[in-house]
Amino acid sequence: MPADGGIGASTKRREDIRFLSGTGRYTDDLNRPGQAYVFFLRSNVAHGKIKSINTDDAAAMPGVARIFTGADFEGVGGIPCGWQVTDKHGQPMQEPAHPVLAQGKVRHVGDPIAAVVADTAEQARDAAEAIEVDIEDLPAVIDMKKAVEEGAPKVHDDLTSNLCYDWGFVEENKDAVEQAFQDAAHVTTLELVNNRLIANPMEPRVAIGDYDPAGDMSTLYTTSQNPHVIRLLMGAFVLGIPEHKLRVVSPDVGGGFGTKIFHYAEEAFCTFAARALKRPVKWTSSRSEAFMSDAHGRDHVSTIQLALDADNNFTALRTDTYANMGAYLSTFAPSVPTWLHGVLMAGNYKTPLIYVNVKAVFTNTVPVDAYRGAGRPEATYQLERVIDKAARELGVDPIALRRQNFITEFPYATPVAVEYDTGDYHATMDKLEEIADLSGFEARLAESKSRGKLRGLGVNCYIEACGIAPSNLVGQLGARAGLYESATVRVNATGGLVVMTGSHSHGQGHETAFPQVIAEMIGIDASMVEIVHGDTANAPMGMGTYGSRSLAVGGSAMVRATEKIIAKAKKIAAHLLEASEGDIELKDGAFSVAGTDKSVAWGDVTLAAYVPHNYPLEVIEPGLEETAFYDPNNFTYPSGAYACEVEVDPDTGKATIERFAAADDFGNIVNPMIVDGQVHGGIAQGIGQALLEGCVYDEDGQLLTGSYMDYAMPRADDVPYYHVDHSCQTPCTHNPLGVKGCGEAGAIGSPPAVVNAVVDALQRNGSSITHIDMPLSPSRVWAAMTQ
Amino acid sequence: MYDFELTRPTSLADAIKALGEEDAQPLSGGQTLVPTLRQRLAMPSTLVSLTGIEELKGIKNEGGTLTIGGATCHADVARDGTYPALSELAGLIGDPHVRNRGTIGGSIANNDPSACYPAAALGSGATIVTNNREVAADDFFTGMFETALDEGEIVTGVKFPVPEKAAYVKFEQPASRFALVGVFVSKGADGVRVAVTGASEGGVFRWSEAEDALSSNFSPDALDGLSVPADGMIGDMHGSPAYRAHLVGVLTKRAVAKAG
Repeated sequence: MPADGGIGASTKRREDIRFLSGTGRYTDDLNRPGQAYVFFLRSNVAHGKIKSINTDDAAAMPGVARIFTGADFEGVGGIPCGWQVTDKHGQPMQEPAHPVLAQGKVRHVGDPIAAVVADTAEQARDAAEAIEVDIEDLPAVIDMKKAVEEGAPKVHDDLTSNLCYDWGFVEENKDAVEQAFQDAAHVTTLELVNNRLIANPMEPRVAIGDYDPAGDMSTLYTTSQNPHVIRLLMGAFVLGIPEHKLRVVSPDVGGGFGTKIFHYAEEAFCTFAARALKRPVKWTSSRSEAFMSDAHGRDHVSTIQLALDADNNFTALRTDTYANMGAYLSTFAPSVPTWLHGVLMAGNYKTPLIYVNVKAVFTNTVPVDAYRGAGRPEATYQLERVIDKAARELGVDPIALRRQNFITEFPYATPVAVEYDTGDYHATMDKLEEIADLSGFEARLAESKSRGKLRGLGVNCYIEACGIAPSNLVGQLGARAGLYESATVRVNATGGLVVMTGSHSHGQGHETAFPQVIAEMIGIDASMVEIVHGDTANAPMGMGTYGSRSLAVGGSAMVRATEKIIAKAKKIAAHLLEASEGDIELKDGAFSVAGTDKSVAWGDVTLAAYVPHNYPLEVIEPGLEETAFYDPNNFTYPSGAYACEVEVDPDTGKATIERFAAADDFGNIVNPMIVDGQVHGGIAQGIGQALLEGCVYDEDGQLLTGSYMDYAMPRADDVPYYHVDHSCQTPCTHNPLGVKGCGEAGAIGSPPAVVNAVVDALQRNGSSITHIDMPLSPSRVWAAMTQ
Repeated sequence: MYDFELTRPTSLADAIKALGEEDAQPLSGGQTLVPTLRQRLAMPSTLVSLTGIEELKGIKNEGGTLTIGGATCHADVARDGTYPALSELAGLIGDPHVRNRGTIGGSIANNDPSACYPAAALGSGATIVTNNREVAADDFFTGMFETALDEGEIVTGVKFPVPEKAAYVKFEQPASRFALVGVFVSKGADGVRVAVTGASEGGVFRWSEAEDALSSNFSPDALDGLSVPADGMIGDMHGSPAYRAHLVGVLTKRAVAKAG
């Protein structure tokens, strides 16, 4: 292994030095000469008709450069949706227009009505208060089931209803599933809500539009997880700027969790306004704005049914889900409840028949899109809760019931279209039983009881489809983009490397982990490798970071490019060593001739590539720089088993997490420390969803959880010590690193463990409670206990 | 926030004079007022800072009475320890930032229905000292965000009789970590007091039924069978009126047990 860490080393994160010392460079740290500031006047009603907007007084206020309204965007494209779902009748989804600034109607609290550009942010805000807007209130639709009733007010008047699509999967299985339910020895039914969440990355969104008339060049600096995707969507679909005249830069980004994947109206506005005013235009979201303009997550209402035979084998599964789209379709919103949710409903189990129905619904709320896990947590939560309920109804051990139904042979083609390449679910469950010390539970239960506390144990499994994914497959499923990844590896004359990757790092640690891979491949120090990302001007076209895909897809592209580098370097080395190329071996940063003591150092070869005095110019070009695009042929399938122990205070209903264990199979591991951190963070978010977080609208569409006074984020003392293990490794069979991805696992696997544990605690105390909807706040648990 | 003038008087007399100006408002630690200003929900023309006035700061213990200057921050009260239940309460308010900026006078004068200090003042039988009078806590807190303070009158200090026994138990609202319900109990020369914050639509209140029961038997058992009605309790996404009423009973028992 290289001295400062190759594959498998817990190398400390090099980027943390700048993050922790205050020298990180975030979008809000950037200021362009002469920049103006924009303030968005946002709707304070959920649904209304814009009767008039009078900007006369506001436009005359100090410092105001210009006030824009929806009328300024007539003829300009709307915010596009990147995924088209086809419904169960073979028809495309209903796809409403999404103007940059509201036109005709406002459709959620926070919908931008006007944008004031002024010399200072305060002047812009002052002027916005002087804009006179006359809005006729319309009745709001908030509840999804009411939204699809006949005669419900329509969010979009030009659509036939508030139903975006009615998706059935696999439609051909529907009758067989129905038959299996009729034949079942036992059917367990569970209705549940996957609570709506607000991502709350530490850094709010920021956008700066810049325009250089000299070269007719637009630049957008933005807090994005995927600058190339923003360039494509905004350039091609909204503003009509060709990609070679548009640069998108995402510098250090302070967390994304999915909500910074999407192309937002504020980005398009700043780019548009900068061109119109010939002046940079900057927007920095306030935290309050973030609550009502960042895409929200989850928000499913489901009924799931599990059919079992007399021997407790799962025979069929069906689920009906209402999925909230909010008022407009955010970039990947339609894919989340379908292709990231329905296709995961098999979980870790060999259920032969599955039918998934999803009704996606428009409501007068903020758009909903991918949030850490995106569809897979919703699938896992439904499945692992209904299995737990079935075990309790049947009086069997929940772990034994799961084990009995585990998939054990791979590859395994599920009845919901995907094929798992590898896995060993018994191994992760064995490991979980060990690290969670399940054999010691009874003693801990007794100890809790002695203090008057109810203790419960919850266990669940999960599987996810990561490394998103094969372009030809997602294209068939409705994606309007490819999902490959790219890397350019540039070797300098003195032997150092720069890797320009399409994967964006906003907390994942790419700048540390990616060099470890190259260090291992070449046998040089990781410190000789620099990672460059986040700027369309220097990185090749990449699809960005989400879906736990960076190492599996972006890392694989980097491996492919590095393989090309090594192949060429071997040719140069063969020339220098006067040997046959086939005899050249690369080890520990030196090329040697097999079976001899002749060798040439990595640095001598790279120097020769750029100072080609003694060089086979007739055979190969000078220089050492290669690009590769990698498009995998399948998703990756990380899996695992999680256990949570809670204590419930019977007097107050407050549940606290006492122990948490996670046994994951991520395939091969590059940096175990970073993986630990990813799992820790994911579990913290899962515990947040299970116990604390919940976005609440009132029936008029006012956001009741519009600040941290009412939206409960998990804090350090809400989460326990985590027993985390990833020693069970079944390497991915189809990418060169054998890696599967670990970014979302914690958030996917943890909510059912927590809820299963609370239900267990209450049932052990004699309660007949079978379910409580998240978040399991003290008041909800108490209300359930006192029903 | 909107523009305003900020004056920083160094004497109480100058502060009172400045507060006599039109639209002038006192600014103490600013832990409620500054966020309100930032959201443009208030537009004072002048803010009179009280935190530069030395005579409003500090903690004095005289003959069993603890006098805390109105501009004393929570962290100083938490560190003091003379009145352990009060110091513990102060140490549980907000986070270190809040505790080192927020002041007891500001909290008492604001009378947030979920704030902790009003429970301590009412539950200790404290006296609120203003620039021109002294008001018993029983008469000071008049309703949610309402007090007996007149226009231009400020809290210069709070006098706490240090009781024989006292304890505060707070059940936190999960998001804000203000008191969803907080109960302060004390047993002193003037009897037993039970003050409840967070629960009632009328703001902090004394639970007299519990006080009566505890007067003859200061033990958790004395509260068996007692409950406050849900009627008039706050109901929101964090807890129904019935839940808050229930918590009053639970927390009062715990506070009595903790007071010993």
